[in-house]
Amino acid sequence: MAWVGKSTLRKEGEKKLRGDAKYIDDITLPNMIYGVTVRSPIARGVLRGIEYLPGVNWSEIVKVTAQDIPGQNYIALIEKDQPYLVETNINHPEEPILLLAHPNKHLLEKAKTLVKFNIDPLPAIFNMAESFAKKEIIWKDDNTFKSYAIDRGDVQAGFKNSKFIFEGTYETGAQEQLYIEPNGVIAIANETEGVTVWGSLQCPYYVHKALMPLFNFPPEKVRVVQAETGGGFGGKEEYPSVISGHAALLSWKSKLPVKMIYDRMEDMSATTKRHPSITKIKAGFDNNKKLLALDIDFTIDGGAYTTLSAVVLSRGTLHAAGPYYSPNVKIRSRALATNTPPHGAFRGFGAPQSLFALEKHMEFCARKLNSNPAIFRKNNLVKKGQLLGCGQWVKEEIKIGSVLEKALTVSGFQEKRKRFLATNKNKVIKKGIGLAVFMHGAGFTGSGETFLSSIASVKATDDGKIEVLTSNTEIGQGTNTIFAQMTADTLKIDPSDVEVVQPDTAHVPNSGPTVASRTCMIVGKLVEQAALDLKEKLFSSQLLNKKHTRKEFLGACKKYIKDVGELKGTSQYKAPPNVIWDEQRYQGDAYGTYAWATYVAEVSVDTRSYTTTVDKFWAVQEVGKVINPTLAKGQIIGGVAQGIGYALYEEVVWKNGKMANARMSNYIMPTTLDVPDIEVHFAEMPYAYGGGGSKGIGELPLDGPAPAILNAMEQALGIELTQIPMTPERLMAKMNENSL
Amino acid sequence: MKKLALTVNGKKYLLSPHPFSRLLDVLREDLKLTGTKEGCGEGECGACSVMLDGKLVNSCLVPVLQADGKQILTVEGLAKKYLTPIQESFLNCGGAQCGICTPGMLMAAYALNRNNKKPTQQEIREGLGGNLCRCTGYCQIIESVQKVGKTKPSTRKGKSRS
Repeated sequence: MAWVGKSTLRKEGEKKLRGDAKYIDDITLPNMIYGVTVRSPIARGVLRGIEYLPGVNWSEIVKVTAQDIPGQNYIALIEKDQPYLVETNINHPEEPILLLAHPNKHLLEKAKTLVKFNIDPLPAIFNMAESFAKKEIIWKDDNTFKSYAIDRGDVQAGFKNSKFIFEGTYETGAQEQLYIEPNGVIAIANETEGVTVWGSLQCPYYVHKALMPLFNFPPEKVRVVQAETGGGFGGKEEYPSVISGHAALLSWKSKLPVKMIYDRMEDMSATTKRHPSITKIKAGFDNNKKLLALDIDFTIDGGAYTTLSAVVLSRGTLHAAGPYYSPNVKIRSRALATNTPPHGAFRGFGAPQSLFALEKHMEFCARKLNSNPAIFRKNNLVKKGQLLGCGQWVKEEIKIGSVLEKALTVSGFQEKRKRFLATNKNKVIKKGIGLAVFMHGAGFTGSGETFLSSIASVKATDDGKIEVLTSNTEIGQGTNTIFAQMTADTLKIDPSDVEVVQPDTAHVPNSGPTVASRTCMIVGKLVEQAALDLKEKLFSSQLLNKKHTRKEFLGACKKYIKDVGELKGTSQYKAPPNVIWDEQRYQGDAYGTYAWATYVAEVSVDTRSYTTTVDKFWAVQEVGKVINPTLAKGQIIGGVAQGIGYALYEEVVWKNGKMANARMSNYIMPTTLDVPDIEVHFAEMPYAYGGGGSKGIGELPLDGPAPAILNAMEQALGIELTQIPMTPERLMAKMNENSL
Repeated sequence: MKKLALTVNGKKYLLSPHPFSRLLDVLREDLKLTGTKEGCGEGECGACSVMLDGKLVNSCLVPVLQADGKQILTVEGLAKKYLTPIQESFLNCGGAQCGICTPGMLMAAYALNRNNKKPTQQEIREGLGGNLCRCTGYCQIIESVQKVGKTKPSTRKGKSRS
C-alpha cells in the first residue's frame, strides 16, 4: 500500500486536539525558578555601570552579567559578533545587558524597573541609506555584513541592444513571524552534568553549537531537547540560541532549573524579524519584448549583528532574477548593519523580498509596453536548456508554462481583467486581478547541503516499533506525519508502526536544521535511505525475503534484535550528480531543484476608506510529488495568509530602532475575516532526489502573494504601487499623489 | 479568607489563589490544566479561550475573582474517551497544525456550534474572528467547522462519539 500521496492523519494531532501536547510553558521542573532579561534602553552607546535601586531585596535575586559567563561571550552562528550579554558596547535598543532570576515572576517584573544602566550614548543609524552612506560606522569597517556580485553575459551590451529600458525601485518592510507561542526554554546547567535545554525551537543542533563555547563544554556535555513547538516560521531558527544561553547562564549561577518565557511584547520587539529591503531594477527588452538585460541592486537591513543575514542575502540574490531568461544579468547585493535588533530567518528567507521587486517590475514593464501581464511573462519564462539568473542550467523539463496557464484558467484571469477595467469607472469600490510568477529553490543554497552532510537513522525497537531519528522538528508543518508515510512505504509497513522520535541531541543524529524547505525533500530522502539500509541488514542476515508482508517485516525485525542485536539503518547526504556550484563566481546550480508557481489575487479597493480586501486567491504550483495533500494544502494556504499580511497589514513601526507597535493589538495579522477562500492546485512531477519524490514547499507560498496583490490593486486603481505593506495610510498618500 | 469555588470541566474546586490572578493562571498553574494557552496576554489572540457559564471568554482577561461560583469548560473537558465531533473534524480536515491556537479555536467552534448547528461560512468566520492562527490561514479550520459530524471517523483510537 502506498501511503505517500494520501492524507493520513496528523500523527500528533489527537494529542494537540485534546490539549495534551506539552509545550515548553506547560512543563514545570522541581525547584524551577523564572528568568528575565533586562535590555538596553537606547540604540547605541557604551555601558559604564549598573545600579540596583532600592525597592526589592536584591540579595535574593540571581543576577547574571557578561562577567559571569564561564566560557566565551558570543552566540555561535556564522560570525562571532553578537555577544550573549553586553560587555561595553551597546548596538541596539533591545540588547541584553543583565539577566535576573527568582521563584516569583511578578517580583522580577518589579525588579526589572529598578535596574539603572549608566550609558554614554553614541549616535545611531536606523536605516539602509544611513548605513550605506556610512553616516556612522557601526559594524567592522564598512557596515556591510556581506555582499554578492553575479555577472553573466555582458549587461552593458545587453542594454545597448535593447529597444526598451525600464527602471524601478521597490521596498519591503520588516515582518514579525508572530508564531502564537512565544519563544521559551527551560535550562539546567552545572559543572558536573553539563547543560540541558528544553525549548520551543526549530534547530536543536544550532542551539547545541551555540551553548558549547558559552560554557567551554565538549559536545557530550550539551543536550538540547525540542518541546512541542507552537509555530516557528524561521523565528525559532536562530533566536532560541539566545534565550537558551540566557536561561542556562541563570541556571549555572543559581544552581536551579530556570524557565524563561517571553511575553508577547518582548517576543515581538526583541526577537528577529524579516529583513526590510530596497531593490532597484533596470530591465532591457528587444523588439519582441524579450528580456535582453537585467541589472538588479538588492539591499537588506540586517540590524545590529550578522546572525543569518549573509545567507538570507544569498537566497534573495539567487532568486532575484526570478523564473525568467535573460542572456545578460548583473546582480549586486548587500546586507547592511543598522542599530536595530538583528533581523533573521523568516519563511522565504530573502526570496519574498527580491521576488516582490521583480514581479512588481515585470508588471510595470508589461504596462509600459502595453502588453498583457500574463502573456508578457510567458514570453520571457525560462525553458529547459536555458540559464536562470543565478547561472543555473535548467536541465529538466519544467512545468512553469502550464502552471501559469492553469492559474489563468482557474482564476478566469483574462476575462476578469477585461471586465474589471470596463466596470470600475465611477465606482467607489474598485476591483482588480493580479498575478505573480515565481519559483523557490529547496534545500540549502549552493554547496550548503554538502557542508551539512546530514545524517538520519531508522531503528527497530524490541517492542515492535520502527523509530525515525532525525533532528528535524515538528513545528506544525507535518514532519512526524510525512516521515512516517515515507518510512511506511519504504518498509511496506503501516504509518502507525512508525514513531518519529522527539528531537533530542542526546539521541538523534544531526540531520541539519528545520529550515529552507528541506525537511521533506532532503531529510525525507535520508529517512528513506536509512530505512533501506535497515532493510538491507535484514536481507543480508536472511531473515527477510525481498518480497515480504508487513507482518513478516516486523517479525524479522524482532528476530534480528533477539539474535543479532541492535537493528538500525543510517544514511548520510550525498549531493545528486551533476549539481555544480561555483562559490567563487557565485554561479551555478544554486539549488538541487525548484518548485514553480503562479499565484493570482482578486481584490476590492475601497477608494473612500483606502482599505483593500482580498476577495479570492488562487495558488497553482508544481512541487514534485505531494506527500500528504491535506498537510501540503495547509502549508500553502497558511503561507499565503502570511503573504496577505505581508502585503497589506503587517507594518513594523520603528522608533529609534525600537519596534513601537509590539503588540497583537497594533501589529495587525490576518484574522478569519481577512483571509479569503484560497484555492490550491498542485501539478506533480516527482523529483528523483526528494523524499517520496517531493520538492520543498514550505517557503514557496510566501513569495507570490505580495506582488500578486499589489498588481491586482494597480489594476483596480491604475496607479503604480511599489512598497509593502500597502496599508490604508500608505495607499491614501499614493492616491493623493496621483490625484485620485 | 473565603475560598473561591470554581467548577471546571464538571469538577468542583475550592481555591485560594492570589487575588490578582487571572482565570488563565489559575487554570494553568493551580489546576495544572495546561491545555489552555497564553498567546498574548491582552485578549487579542484567543489562545486562552474557555467557556465561562456558557459564554466564550478570553481567560487572560478574566480576574479569577469574577469566576467565583461559575462553571468553566476548557479544552480538557471536551473529549472523554473519544474525541468530540468537532475535534474529529479538525483532525480530518487539517484544522490543527502547530496546535497552539487549537484549544482556543476548539472552544470558539464549540461556542458557535452550541447556538448554531448549521453556521454559514460568514457566521463561522465571525464566530472564530477573535482567535488568531498563524499556521493554517484559517481555510481548513473553517472547513473543519463546516464539516462537524460529516467527516468519517478516523481509524485511530479517537473514534467519534456516537
